[in-house]
Amino acid sequence: MTAYILRRLVQLPITVFGVTILIFLMLQVLSPAERAALYIKDIPKNEAQIDRVIKRYGLDKPIYVQYVNWLVGTVDQDTGDRVGGVLRADLGYSRTGREPVIDLLLRRLPATAELAIWSFVPILGIGIWLGIIAAINHNKLIDQIARVFSIVGYSFPTFVFGLLVLMLFYAKTGWFPPGRLSDWAVQVVSAPGFTQYTNLNSFDALLNGRFDVFLDALRHMFLPIITLSYLSWALLLRVTRSSMLETLGQDYIRTARAKGVAEKKVVNEHARPNALIPVATIGGLTVVGLLNGVVITETVFNYPGLGSAVAAAAVSLDVLTVLGFVLFNATLLISANLIVDVMYAFLDPRVRLR
Amino acid sequence: MTTSAIAQNARKRIKTDDGFFLPEPSRLEKMLGPEWARVIRGLLTNPLSVTGLVVVILFITVAAAAPVLAPPLNAMADPYQIPRDGFGPTPQEPGTLWERSVPPIPFWYESVTGKTEWVHLFGTTSGQFDIYYGIVWGTRTALLVGILVVFAGLFIGLIVGSISGYYGGVVDDILMRITEIFMAFPFLLAALTLSAILVPLFGRGIWPSVIALVSFGWMGYARVIRGDILATKERDYVLSARTVGARDGTILLRHILPNAIFTTMVLASLDVGAIVLTFAALSFLGVGTDIGYADWGQVISFARSYILSLDTYWYIIVYPGAALILFGLGWNLIGDGLRDVLDPRMKK
Repeated sequence: MTAYILRRLVQLPITVFGVTILIFLMLQVLSPAERAALYIKDIPKNEAQIDRVIKRYGLDKPIYVQYVNWLVGTVDQDTGDRVGGVLRADLGYSRTGREPVIDLLLRRLPATAELAIWSFVPILGIGIWLGIIAAINHNKLIDQIARVFSIVGYSFPTFVFGLLVLMLFYAKTGWFPPGRLSDWAVQVVSAPGFTQYTNLNSFDALLNGRFDVFLDALRHMFLPIITLSYLSWALLLRVTRSSMLETLGQDYIRTARAKGVAEKKVVNEHARPNALIPVATIGGLTVVGLLNGVVITETVFNYPGLGSAVAAAAVSLDVLTVLGFVLFNATLLISANLIVDVMYAFLDPRVRLR
Repeated sequence: MTTSAIAQNARKRIKTDDGFFLPEPSRLEKMLGPEWARVIRGLLTNPLSVTGLVVVILFITVAAAAPVLAPPLNAMADPYQIPRDGFGPTPQEPGTLWERSVPPIPFWYESVTGKTEWVHLFGTTSGQFDIYYGIVWGTRTALLVGILVVFAGLFIGLIVGSISGYYGGVVDDILMRITEIFMAFPFLLAALTLSAILVPLFGRGIWPSVIALVSFGWMGYARVIRGDILATKERDYVLSARTVGARDGTILLRHILPNAIFTTMVLASLDVGAIVLTFAALSFLGVGTDIGYADWGQVISFARSYILSLDTYWYIIVYPGAALILFGLGWNLIGDGLRDVLDPRMKK
């Protein structure tokens, strides 16, 4: 067990290293002058300015030197300060955010984190529940409906779904508005009496005892949560269903039934725990789904999180901001996969022995 | 028992060289080989996948008949540029008369719509781009992008997967680590990033997105083909080929690949739907095609300016959205049927 976790931990930096190389190589598609432009706050006005930045960041040096510079930064020849270096959290300057990329990401993070936290539980809970229901009613009506739902869910592009629910539940009925908070709630939150413990509006509202603000935050998040969830439901439903079906076909299930164990007990105690092992992998995939999803979902719902910032940056071809987010996400994803793998080893002893 | 099953049982049996009796291959099997025959038969006997096939064939027909369904302004015009009725900022309802730069009227138009002049069948977006035209020609864009991306991705995946599976050892380790690194990026985000990087190089159009989708879309194929090659290369006929001194290239290309490629090809062909949805998402976000290009995601992106009044301008989202959903649904229905054929455990 320990050996397995250690082996996975050793692999982690290698993958992260590879990821940074790939991101760096993507940057190399741009010429030095273009990359210089990425470091200047405004669109470069003259040659001298570009040349200075190229020198400052060593953008004309050999590629491996540049990579090291990009990782750990270089010493500015004029001022003697250390500049750049993604390991020092200097991801460059965001043209669209008009602030350093890292500041932009950190400022936008709480809104996205809030959305992700509220989405995660319904995604896993409902998705797995649907899959199990479908499997124990194999080939009955419920199963067929679940199957159709899964296929339709797969075929529904997130942005179309988001715009359609906005059309129905906001433009037509006004129930669930876009954005993060209503104007009055924004005033409450930014007022001096309101302490922002976590920067997650819904939790802060509860901690401050403002239940109306909490409801307002949930009301704004409801449609984004549904939009983020339905695709994962379709995926989880399918995986859980097939895993459950396979488990229900095992010999030990037949043995349990043969010795007269109640069907409910067979499903809940004999089949489900084993069927959910492969589903654990999907937990990692769900994180991916959320990270992919927030870009589109936040854009559709005008939700001021990381995703909408990145979408806006991508449209203006603000590559540094997008790459900063990608680096952040890739790290998160790799960590999520590591956690899933370790969890897997806990759940399934066969994995450890391999 | 269905008639086809009876027909199968009634088929003559033939004796093989080792004394076994096997059913005589059907005409389908003789034509396509046993694997494809099984796939085709499986698809045609499942109502869901038949529906999917019909939908996909419908889209192919629309794409092929695009010049008849929505004739371009004139022979000189770029047909992928949606013709616009003026430049007004307010979208117009379906059925509004087409006033400026009206395309020629095709032969079916009067009998189908009962009108003698072009109207905007599905309305216009802001900037007066005709939505109907965008959807019809967008079908061509969708199919073109889907097939291009899948073929290119399959090509890369095949090369990486074959080398990895065939040579094994260190080569396999290195290539699979690289594959994992590519998989460490969320697909849409990676495609978004690379598109944004490539737009200044290629200009707006389908190419930045296509290259980005290929760059981050080959890993699945590489993994599947690697697995199948690992299984195939242990077969006796491969060993005998090696014994008679065939070169690596010959063994791989002539003996292993043709026998291992099947699953990967089927999987790849199903990705057309998913690829088109992602491509549309990129266009929707604004890093894909230029404004006015006949592309579903591009048309839908006009809806972003009307989030507060989507109930008035519903046609900007509903018509192109329906095209996208149907397209995705068609491929996924086929895919679901194919999964049953390829994985008999899931069969009823």
